[in-house]
Amino acid sequence: MGRWLLRRTAQAIATLVLTIVLLFFLSHVLPGDPLSRLGEGRPLTAAETETLRARYGLDRPLRSQLGSFLAGLARGDLGTSIEYGRPVSALIAERLPATLLLGGTVLLLNFTVGLWLGVRQAVRRGSAEDRWLTTLSLVGYATPSFWLGLVLAWLVGVEWRLLPAAGMRDPLVDGGILAGTADVLRHLVLPALTLSVVSIAGTMRYQRDAMLDTLRLPYIVTARAKGLSPARVTWRHAWRNALFPVLTLFGLWLPVLVTGSVFVESVFAWPGLGSLAAAAVGNRDYPLLMGASVLVAVIVVLANLLTDLAYATLDPRVRLT
Amino acid sequence: MTRVLDVRDLSVSFPAADGRRFHPVDGVSLTLDRGETLALVGESGCGKSLTSLALLRLVPAPGRVDAGSVIRLGDTDVLALKGEALRRIRGRRIGMIFQDPMTSLNPVFTAGDQIAEGIRAHFRVSKSEARARALRLLEEVGIPDPEERLDAYPHQLSGGMRQRVMIAIALAAEPEILVADEPTTALDVTVQAQILEVLDRLRRSRGMAVLLITHDLGIVAGRADRVAVMYAGQIVEEAGTAELFAHPSHPYTQGLFASVPRITGPLRRLTPIRGTVPPPTEWPSGCRFRPRCPQAFDKSVLAPELMPVGPGHRMRCWLAEEPAAQVELSRRSG
Repeated sequence: MGRWLLRRTAQAIATLVLTIVLLFFLSHVLPGDPLSRLGEGRPLTAAETETLRARYGLDRPLRSQLGSFLAGLARGDLGTSIEYGRPVSALIAERLPATLLLGGTVLLLNFTVGLWLGVRQAVRRGSAEDRWLTTLSLVGYATPSFWLGLVLAWLVGVEWRLLPAAGMRDPLVDGGILAGTADVLRHLVLPALTLSVVSIAGTMRYQRDAMLDTLRLPYIVTARAKGLSPARVTWRHAWRNALFPVLTLFGLWLPVLVTGSVFVESVFAWPGLGSLAAAAVGNRDYPLLMGASVLVAVIVVLANLLTDLAYATLDPRVRLT
Repeated sequence: MTRVLDVRDLSVSFPAADGRRFHPVDGVSLTLDRGETLALVGESGCGKSLTSLALLRLVPAPGRVDAGSVIRLGDTDVLALKGEALRRIRGRRIGMIFQDPMTSLNPVFTAGDQIAEGIRAHFRVSKSEARARALRLLEEVGIPDPEERLDAYPHQLSGGMRQRVMIAIALAAEPEILVADEPTTALDVTVQAQILEVLDRLRRSRGMAVLLITHDLGIVAGRADRVAVMYAGQIVEEAGTAELFAHPSHPYTQGLFASVPRITGPLRRLTPIRGTVPPPTEWPSGCRFRPRCPQAFDKSVLAPELMPVGPGHRMRCWLAEEPAAQVELSRRSG
């Protein structure tokens, strides 16, 4: 186990380095230049442009730029944002908590409600409940998040005034931690719900199919013939095995939830990473863009490592050598 | 002899596409006494496995046991049981062994876990006590190094070893009946004999009744006390094993014997039964074996009942009524 983890971690690091190098070149292949926007009010003179290019190192060959980026990365320094003029790490650190809160909530809902509904459907296959949930999950899966977000924000937030439709904190709410937390949670409901609908719908379908496949297997008959209770057969014998395909889904969802919520973030003015990264692409803000990309790459690699680890822990047939 | 199982007119039906129901098991009656082995023989698709699943009410949905069927375990009316009462007889009154030990064991739990689970489903014992009993069961089914095998996962065991674990699971709650559904079909020939040996030994030492389901007449001789031959959802012939082997009477049974190679006796050509078992939706009226039967005659268009042909020997064939045909029949088979 120790050796396997060591080797797998080394692999993960190699993947990460390769991805970062690739991302670096890809971001610089984009047409356009970070400085082209700085002169929007008044055209920059050639001398001014030269000074700025030298300041951000844009005058040096790409390979040497990569070298200093990697050197900085090794020290934990992601450079300075061209657009904001502040350290990239500080910008990301500001936005990260909001993203983690939203993504974490959605992930939690997804892997509790989604799994539970999927298992329930499989156990009651063919019932009215199963058919209804199937219809609902297809509708949910087909609903675009940004549209659902807009509808919810308008209906629940604006028309009914039940929940705040934008932001993460109400500046007028002050007082203790309790009031502050309650305020954040109220703001969290709509964006989390919007993102959860699609992801829960997907997980449900996946879990239902995986569960149906497992329930057909002979060892389920063995478990029932032993005289186990229906709940034990469902959860201990069937679900333990039907969890594996869904674990893969977890590995795929994790990065999407951290970054893929750009639309939902902008609909609800949620101060997360997605909107920051999207802006960085538009501005050709190379350091910020790379900072966000590195973060995503780390999360993707980590999510896969975690999935493999979960497989290895849960499935005795996966040999750790 | 104590009767431990009494099945009468057992029918299992499934809905067909056209809204009617078809009956893959159609009016099967059989009995088992304590310590006895009954072999249920037939080709695949004849309803043997479904019959055995019905005993524990494990017929897969949307199938169901039809009204009018009777399954009695001693004094227990199995078809009247629900929920917890039904759960309590599964494993406890009847233990089951299935055909393929590769897929019949849960891949994510150890052998010990899967045996102990069956023990704790029926007895209030501690985990360590259940584990100790599981260890004794592994010894009983003849697994070498049982201590180590207790913590082995199914994929770490050989086929024969897995089937022994299966048997240990079936024995976990000390049932009085063991149902073995093609227990050796998926195994090597050498391992087959060992597994059958284990089953025989357990039957004797525990005084269990065994229902041995097989398509292989070769493993029936010397192991079963009685044989019931099934075809197309019905029992077509039943007799004591010696009687059946000496005087196979139903054309289907004779066909089964003619298609089994023998080491002793004069050299002869194997004659397979022509055709295959039709699916339950296409069973003919009258005698169901009629389309494949070399001896079918005018009366075969009517459905025969089980009729006596000898001591404790009955068959579902009109030839039983025709003394002339019967003489002809015994002359040919003798």
